[in-house]
Amino acid sequence: MTIKVFLVDDHGLFRAGVRAELERGAAGDPPLEIVGEAGSVDEAVAGIAHLKPDVVLLDVHMPDGGGAAVLARVRPAQPDVVFLALSVSDAAEDVIAVIRGGARGYVTKTISARELGDAVRRVEAGDPVFSPRLAGFVLDAFSDRPGAAPAVDPELDLLTKRERDVLRLLARGYAYKEIAGELFISVKTVETHVSSVLRKTQLSNRYELSRWASDRRLV
Amino acid sequence: MTSPAVPTREPLVRRRSGRLVAGVAGGVADHLGVNVLWVRAAFVVLAAVNGAGMLAYGLLWVFVRQEAADVTREVSAKERQQAMGLAALGIGIGLVGAALQNQIVGWIVGPLGVAAVGAAVVWREADEAQRRRWTTGARSGFLGGGRNAVLRVVAGGVFVAAGIAVFLLGNLNLGQVQFGVLVVLTTVVGIGVLTVPWWVRLARDFGEERRARIVTAERAEIAAHLHDSVLQTLALIQKQSHDPREVQRLARGQERELRHWLYGPQGYGRGGSTPALDESLASALQVAAAEIEDTYAITVNPVIVGDHPLDDGLRALVLAAREAMVNAAKHAQVDEVSVYAEVEPDEVNVFVRDRGKGFDPEDVPADRHGLADSVHGRMGRHGGTVRLRSTPGEGTEVHLAIPVLQEEKA
Repeated sequence: MTIKVFLVDDHGLFRAGVRAELERGAAGDPPLEIVGEAGSVDEAVAGIAHLKPDVVLLDVHMPDGGGAAVLARVRPAQPDVVFLALSVSDAAEDVIAVIRGGARGYVTKTISARELGDAVRRVEAGDPVFSPRLAGFVLDAFSDRPGAAPAVDPELDLLTKRERDVLRLLARGYAYKEIAGELFISVKTVETHVSSVLRKTQLSNRYELSRWASDRRLV
Repeated sequence: MTSPAVPTREPLVRRRSGRLVAGVAGGVADHLGVNVLWVRAAFVVLAAVNGAGMLAYGLLWVFVRQEAADVTREVSAKERQQAMGLAALGIGIGLVGAALQNQIVGWIVGPLGVAAVGAAVVWREADEAQRRRWTTGARSGFLGGGRNAVLRVVAGGVFVAAGIAVFLLGNLNLGQVQFGVLVVLTTVVGIGVLTVPWWVRLARDFGEERRARIVTAERAEIAAHLHDSVLQTLALIQKQSHDPREVQRLARGQERELRHWLYGPQGYGRGGSTPALDESLASALQVAAAEIEDTYAITVNPVIVGDHPLDDGLRALVLAAREAMVNAAKHAQVDEVSVYAEVEPDEVNVFVRDRGKGFDPEDVPADRHGLADSVHGRMGRHGGTVRLRSTPGEGTEVHLAIPVLQEEKA
């Protein structure tokens, strides 16, 4: 089964670049096919509704609302479309906004063709994709610093020790397989931990994550 | 026939600097070549003669232009006091004299004197505002001089109004005054209503111009920045296009710089409001990573969780981490190095990792000082630890840990 990919980015040049990258990284298993692209929020919403792709590669920064606006308009109607955020911006604000908007992962545009292909396959299979930087942001947002709001719902507001270990290794640049080897657990378990971290990042109200992110616009 | 030798005199101008009221006395003194004190005294004496001194002063003020702006004079505190005293004396003598001499003259000159003082205050402020406008370029208007200026203008206005009111009440009966006031008020309101569009346009033009100026300044700033950084880099890249390593280095350096400008702590996007922790672990590590990128044309991605002000131990940690990055850049044969730093309550951990060719720690030649001295030695001296893990063919990871003092936590 081919994975149908849809590109959303307001820069035509960048779309062309990503398309070329993806076509180079498409020859894996399963193969990827770029079914369409869009340069604005409206175009993206219409295109996704019409073409029903499996994975949408979503630019974070766009006029008229950006990736978060696309997420807000597509997800209620098509909850089974998977979003992978792809951006040049590494600002915490943007990263956290698309993750909380429902994206399954976040990678930067400097990612290699092979890694981008792998990331698309991974999110399509239901697993999150965390770049080292995203892992760092999430660790930082959930860290216990003085003056932080108390955890209201431990189920959502706290990371387990194991999740922290996994995130740290992600931030250190380890791949899932390497993390599994490092912690003597299976790759499946690593994926479970990362999924749970993703869910907490999306749902927790602790530290008002979005505000945390905008307070910390470091790159 | 020869024309008689006429001594050249400066044309009469009012002093701009070194003046007390309007620079009239000083200007006359300059023109006649006598001491300014005598001129002021003469004005006071003349004031006693039916207020002629005051009238003369006022007329000179109105009709004589100010001197050029570039002359400066020093006025001693003593002279200033003297002149102020003389001015007060002159006004006093003029008013009292006039009031004593003749009831009607008193009624006219007295209130009008008050009005004149008020007008003098307002005009003086206008003079000053104008001067400021000339020097600072259209920044301030008539009331642009802050609270003091407003105060002065209002006080002056009250003087004028009071003077005119007393004059009118003293010379006319009430019915006439009522009529006069009514006429004046209706005229003022009429003029106000008639000129509403003009005021509105004036206000709008002013706002419009201000906005345009801000936008222009903003655009100029962005253009200047893009020119200095991005365009220069693009030109360099075109020249170096045969050397992929150099292109990569330039592009990466420019990207980092632009990112910092857009999103950094003092960057454009933040309005430059919040100053960064000047000497913090995060910024020091980022600087170190940037240096390695520039020097060795590789990509170093630092991910930093938490932050801490630098102390001696953390400085050693940053230097050791830098050395580890240098080693990775030199020996691992990779184009990417990951750096991860985490500040925990009692400890700071830094990991420098590459997926390069790796090595066997036992095989490092004895003359290689980099790792032994710079990393182990530095960390050891500050109570830190170094753990090294390297597998030939899979890469190397250096783990640096150092304890931090709790009370310094930022």
